[in-house]
Amino acid sequence: MLELRRVCTFYGNIQALHEVSLTIHKGEIVTLIGANGAGKTTTLMSICGVVPPRQGEILFEGRPIHILPPDRVVALGISQVPEGRLIFPEMTVLENLELGAFLRSDTAGIQEDLDYVLTLFPILAERRRQLGGTLSGGEQQMLAISRALMARPRLLLLDEPSLGLAPIVIQQIFAIIQRVNKAGTTVFLVEQNAHQALKIAHRGYVMENGRITLEDSAHALLANDEVRRAYLGM
Amino acid sequence: MDLQYFFELTLSGLTRGSIYALIAIGYTMVYGIIELINFAHGEVYMIGAFTGLIVAGILGTMGFPLPAILVLAALVAMLYCAGYGYTIEKIAYKPLRQAGRLSPLISAIGMSLFLQNYVILVQTSDFVPFPSLIPEFAFLEPIAHIFGSSDFLIVVVSAVLMAGLTVFIKYTKIGKAMRATAQNRKMALLLGVDADRIISVTFIIGSALAAVGGVLIASHVGMVNFAIGFIAGIKAFTAAVLGGIGSLPGAMLGGLFLGLAESFGAGYISSDYEDVFAFSLLVIFLIFRPSGIMGKAKVEKV
Repeated sequence: MLELRRVCTFYGNIQALHEVSLTIHKGEIVTLIGANGAGKTTTLMSICGVVPPRQGEILFEGRPIHILPPDRVVALGISQVPEGRLIFPEMTVLENLELGAFLRSDTAGIQEDLDYVLTLFPILAERRRQLGGTLSGGEQQMLAISRALMARPRLLLLDEPSLGLAPIVIQQIFAIIQRVNKAGTTVFLVEQNAHQALKIAHRGYVMENGRITLEDSAHALLANDEVRRAYLGM
Repeated sequence: MDLQYFFELTLSGLTRGSIYALIAIGYTMVYGIIELINFAHGEVYMIGAFTGLIVAGILGTMGFPLPAILVLAALVAMLYCAGYGYTIEKIAYKPLRQAGRLSPLISAIGMSLFLQNYVILVQTSDFVPFPSLIPEFAFLEPIAHIFGSSDFLIVVVSAVLMAGLTVFIKYTKIGKAMRATAQNRKMALLLGVDADRIISVTFIIGSALAAVGGVLIASHVGMVNFAIGFIAGIKAFTAAVLGGIGSLPGAMLGGLFLGLAESFGAGYISSDYEDVFAFSLLVIFLIFRPSGIMGKAKVEKV
């Protein structure tokens, strides 16, 4: 479904990604784990066209998307839940969700998806008239995921959804990610919380200093000595 | 205390403040989206007044009735200035989008000087008489000596335009996208909002509102020249800062506040110091409440 071929991305003269290649198949949950500053977020920003790669190719369902601006990438069916959630603080929960469907005009379908995300996260239905900035961290993460789902994506990109959340909220969020995946959305999950991520993922990639250093099934990565030492603290 | 004098000053402050508010909206919206003070905005207001003058001249010789001339002059000025706003952004600011904050600011000042000198070349630097386009309303007769038809029309038209804009920003899809872009440009981008389009819409709306202000004020005062945009622009910018730059209701409130303050200052203290009151207020606000009436102190969250 998504394929990165030797992607090199730069910030000015600083190279953040070195020939990153990875593949995500339809229906999978694929995770990208790695330390702070390894290039995980940059990988997502390259996919979305916010920081386009200087070299290499990104193919979505066979067509090159590394040459497209962000709005075209979203229109093709790729949504992102960014690091830090980036909720619009001065807008209501409902307005945040409506903006998720910004590029759509099928009113009936939008309403359907709104009902769907509000059943996934009933707390958002309760808070629909509240300003986004007044929500707790966990609620904001739920809102960010819901907002991304409002675009009815075929590929959902998640950047550190567990960041700063209480363990019980993390469990809840990851359960929802699995549920969304089972409902047919392919998921690319970027995480520092390697243990949680590998538990729900089918396959995983390990990134270090802008390079992919390991690639395997999530099972195998959980058992891998190197991964256990470096990312699982065992 | 003379109550009638007080009302007189209040009404003239409202008239003046409405125009400041109309122009301030352009400053504050642009600042909200791209954090730029568009110094050429006052010139767009001035060009709006000249456009109104030209259209009124043409329609007048064709024998149009007064109300029709006024409406058409304002509409043409809005469209024409919308084009100016759009073009100014494309020429002077868009190429500098990645260039930090100082370069577009200097470019704005350059654009302002360019437009003033361009108008001097085509319209001379003299004051040109502007026809009175505003019909006399019979129902205002009893108070016409303190609140004439043009005052009335300025206040009403400004109020309607600002209410319309508020509804537009709050409820339409593009209005929501504008707010989203102002709150978090990167996230808006990730949702598929085309930032360039939003920026263009912002310049178009701000310029069109300034153009209406230009036509109304020119008709009220009865003359225009190339420099009217400078002082009106600085005053409106002051209003936007008083209200809290970036905040739409702040610009409206700030405009009215400044208009009233100037009117009372001129009426009760001395009209020679009119501008001093405005800019003293600006200094006082910048010292004690730099975020303005409606603005919030920016908290950087990590």
